[in-house]
Amino acid sequence: MSSKESPTKTIIVALLLSLVCSVVVSTAAIKLKPLQQKNQALDKKRNILVAAGMMEEKSSADIEALFNQVESKFVDLASGEFVEEPVGFDQRAFAKNADTNLVLTAEQDLGGIGKRSQIANVYIVKNNGQLDSIILPIHGKGLFSTLYGFIALDKDLKTVKGLKYYEHGETPGLGAEVENPSWLAKWPGKQVLDANGEPVLALVKTVADDNNEVDALSGATWTTNGVEGMIHFWLGDNGFGPFLDKVRAEGL
Amino acid sequence: MAFDKQEAKSVLLGPLFNNNPIALQVLGICSALAVTVKLETAFVMSLALTAVVAFSNLLISLIRKHIPSSIRIIVQMTIIASLVILVDQILKAYAYDISKQLAVFVGLIITNCIVMGRAEAYAMKNGPFMSFLDGIGNGLGYSILLIVVAFFRELFGSGKLWGQTIFQTVSDGGWYQTNGLLLLPASSFFIIGLLIWALRTWKTDQVEEKD
Repeated sequence: MSSKESPTKTIIVALLLSLVCSVVVSTAAIKLKPLQQKNQALDKKRNILVAAGMMEEKSSADIEALFNQVESKFVDLASGEFVEEPVGFDQRAFAKNADTNLVLTAEQDLGGIGKRSQIANVYIVKNNGQLDSIILPIHGKGLFSTLYGFIALDKDLKTVKGLKYYEHGETPGLGAEVENPSWLAKWPGKQVLDANGEPVLALVKTVADDNNEVDALSGATWTTNGVEGMIHFWLGDNGFGPFLDKVRAEGL
Repeated sequence: MAFDKQEAKSVLLGPLFNNNPIALQVLGICSALAVTVKLETAFVMSLALTAVVAFSNLLISLIRKHIPSSIRIIVQMTIIASLVILVDQILKAYAYDISKQLAVFVGLIITNCIVMGRAEAYAMKNGPFMSFLDGIGNGLGYSILLIVVAFFRELFGSGKLWGQTIFQTVSDGGWYQTNGLLLLPASSFFIIGLLIWALRTWKTDQVEEKD
């Protein structure tokens, strides 16, 4: 046996290799982080614009320019009042922090999320000073993962203007079809809330009522239930309900 | 080591047709199924894999005389994994859309048998330059197959090439009825199977003997 097979040499090689590799990997991760974050921010804006129907999914339109029409606001979900942007706002982090979250009871928790942030970031589009649409972030449990998306409501605050999911880990070809543009195209025009502002939308096998029923995804019952649940939750009393009631009654 | 032009040529070009990693050795099928719906993703995936194989071969070959054989597989994996993370980070920074489409499959290059196979079979025994060429060659062999599969899948599955409409599809008001099967990963099996058949008809020495 040559000397390179000795235990000491083996340990030295292993240590050196780990050191070099970890330095290379962490340097790359840190150096490239700003660019990646910029991409993520841009991607989020794109998703908001797509949800609001302001741009096509694949279009190369200038996202920043389009996004100038969108106003980003922060809402206290319990009261429905606008608030100042909290320092270091991150809805996912806020949902985990006991000071800034609300733990949901099993009865309230239609979206299967356990707890939610007290504050949410909403996006408002105005046209000549008049409310055009409101884009709300929603998330909820599907089969394997939490689905994150945006739902855009028309100015009556009852009709869907668009829906878009941007992050999930559902089964490709089944649950992951929530991303399919032709399925999402079924959503605009659906009434999600009834005259009293209660969520009425349902995902069903055979659409009988074109007004507030959407064709469910075949082979993805759990994901579909999740989508329905999260929409009922986020547009209901424990989600954006108070905010929507307030805007409906008093305007912006 | 003396530089042998003839050998360099066979190392670089051999894996294209004579010893194609996918068609002859039937390695790396998983990603070949997953990323070939569109030419663009197939191309980026090919580029990523070629870069990883070439550099992992180069690096492993450089330190091959110091790698204790008891931990050689772990050493190879560590180098490959670091390179893959590097590629993944670069894609996320400079080609965000594509990296989202490739999703987990860039990370899965780590487990791609071609990379590991070349490291163990070639880079551990040969000099850095030749190993680098061998990596490029095998990367190209993988790429050529992926791109051919993606060409057929995108053209007949969605009537497009590189995102540009070639056949106007029925859903867009044209004449072409798309073949939905080609959009599903399983269709790659058929295309790869047909390609292997074609290749073995052309190069009869690749035909396996009957048991």
